[in-house]
Amino acid sequence: MKRPSFVVYGVLAAFVLGSAFPFYWSYLVASRDNSVLTGDLTLVPGGNFFANAARVFDTIPFWKGLGNSFIVSGTVTASVVLLSTLAGFAFAKLRFRGRGVLFLFVVATLAVPTQLGIIPLYMAMAEFGWAGELEAVIVPNLVTAFGVFWMRQYLIDTVPDELVEAARMDGCSLWRAFWHVALPAARPAAAMLGVFTFMQSWNDFLWPLIVLTPDNPTLQAALEKLQSGYYVDYSLVLAGTTLATIPVLIVFLVLGRQIVAGVMQGAVKG
Amino acid sequence: MTALLTKEVDRERTEEVRSPSPLRHRLSKLDNRVSPYLFVAPFFVLFGAVGLFPLLYTAYVSLFDWDLGADDPKFLGLENYRTLFTDGQFWNALFNTFSIFLLSSVPQVITAVVLAALLAANLRGRTAWRMGVLLPYVASLVALTIIFGNLFGPQFGLVNTVLTTVGIPPIDWQANTFGSHVAIASMVNWRWTGYNALIVLAAMLAIPRDLYEAAVVDGAGPVRQFFSITLPMLKPTLIFVIVTSTIGGLQIFTEPKLYDPSAGSGGGAEHQYQTVVLYLYQSAFQQLDLGYASAIAWTLFLIVIAVAGLNFWLTRRAVR
Repeated sequence: MKRPSFVVYGVLAAFVLGSAFPFYWSYLVASRDNSVLTGDLTLVPGGNFFANAARVFDTIPFWKGLGNSFIVSGTVTASVVLLSTLAGFAFAKLRFRGRGVLFLFVVATLAVPTQLGIIPLYMAMAEFGWAGELEAVIVPNLVTAFGVFWMRQYLIDTVPDELVEAARMDGCSLWRAFWHVALPAARPAAAMLGVFTFMQSWNDFLWPLIVLTPDNPTLQAALEKLQSGYYVDYSLVLAGTTLATIPVLIVFLVLGRQIVAGVMQGAVKG
Repeated sequence: MTALLTKEVDRERTEEVRSPSPLRHRLSKLDNRVSPYLFVAPFFVLFGAVGLFPLLYTAYVSLFDWDLGADDPKFLGLENYRTLFTDGQFWNALFNTFSIFLLSSVPQVITAVVLAALLAANLRGRTAWRMGVLLPYVASLVALTIIFGNLFGPQFGLVNTVLTTVGIPPIDWQANTFGSHVAIASMVNWRWTGYNALIVLAAMLAIPRDLYEAAVVDGAGPVRQFFSITLPMLKPTLIFVIVTSTIGGLQIFTEPKLYDPSAGSGGGAEHQYQTVVLYLYQSAFQQLDLGYASAIAWTLFLIVIAVAGLNFWLTRRAVR
């Protein structure tokens, strides 16, 4: 296949620059004082980033939010990955009455906007005394229909039926067959599901905003508090967004290749 | 030799299985019968409790005058819905939601297909380009919205500065209804176009090469090939992309909520960019009217299902 012309590279480069620009702009504003707002168009960073970052730490419970986000997203991810693999394995490799109907139910719920159930969910959290606690953001997200679907699609081709049969012949219980045969085989798909679940949970905003309090927030809910009030101090607010972006950029630089593969594989499998 | 040995071992194993102890045999049967249900149970129990039940219970709450924290809600029947259908603010929110949705989904799908076609070329540094277009996808939505709010600032925002520099009068990206919709849609587009391009790209790469070779033999040019082969072969993927973006797009909340910090949950001074979920949030958690907010939620639920279904049907017909 011949190499494409420079026009293709040019268009793609413009697109990638456009993709990266808002990140850079955020740092640019954060590194200066508010004079950048008066409309001068210098694209060179100033030297105030650390001063503005320090003000972020004074204004919102940034570290607490960061820690909470790690706890919440970590727990949610572990649960979604394990329970999805377990159910996905059963749907892909075990025979049981009602399997077809139950799986159809999983597929049907993929399209259901469960986010719209937040009002009763809030009432339940208040009832359990979980409002303001991390349980309130963890428990409603412990499983996803997408996770079960994704793992089933992967395992159905990856694990040969004979392997499960053989494990059974050797006297393995189904649980051990899951643990020793399915789980190792599921690792690549489980890793991708993990990355996507983590990012989704990390970015969740509506529900944490409703159910958590300003002194015990996730990172996203904490960031929002930076710009409340009539006067918005953008060098402060965008210092906050820059700080919050650093962890995800690191993750992206380390795992970007896998994330790209995951997105593309999801398209073919789904 | 090794093969022979394995065979030997296999035979031994089979014999072992043929004569299991009765207890073990029974346990194994029980395991076969019960374990699959135990494996799928956590999903169904949890999903039912925190996903499906709240959604269905929303319909029940919507029949009451149910204030947050009040003890005994008063049954209203369909009163909340009657109010809702004559509520100008609801229709306005519905209009805004659809307007923002169209401004984001239509250009996005088209750009994604074009971008995918570019990425499908035999590029140097293939993976780097793919990572480059996916970069916005990992951005935190809250951070992104705040940044875009700044870029589209009516007075000192970069967008207006650039417009003024090239001689176009500045636009009030907040007060102007259409302007605010464009600004919010651009956040959605910025975040999701690259992601969808990769999905389309994967589908494009899966199209068998010989289809194109046959087309070349028949004398079809690149444009003809694109419309007669590529696009029809992308049909399932495009349906997937469009339906998922519908479900997400109609529930848009974070972007309008944080777009202009001084606007709070109103979606602008005149509610010019208040979306349905934002109105739902305002009704439930600021006006504390849970019954009415539930009526909004349930109505939106039905709309999402209907529009997703319609999209599915239309896309299937249009891209044949």
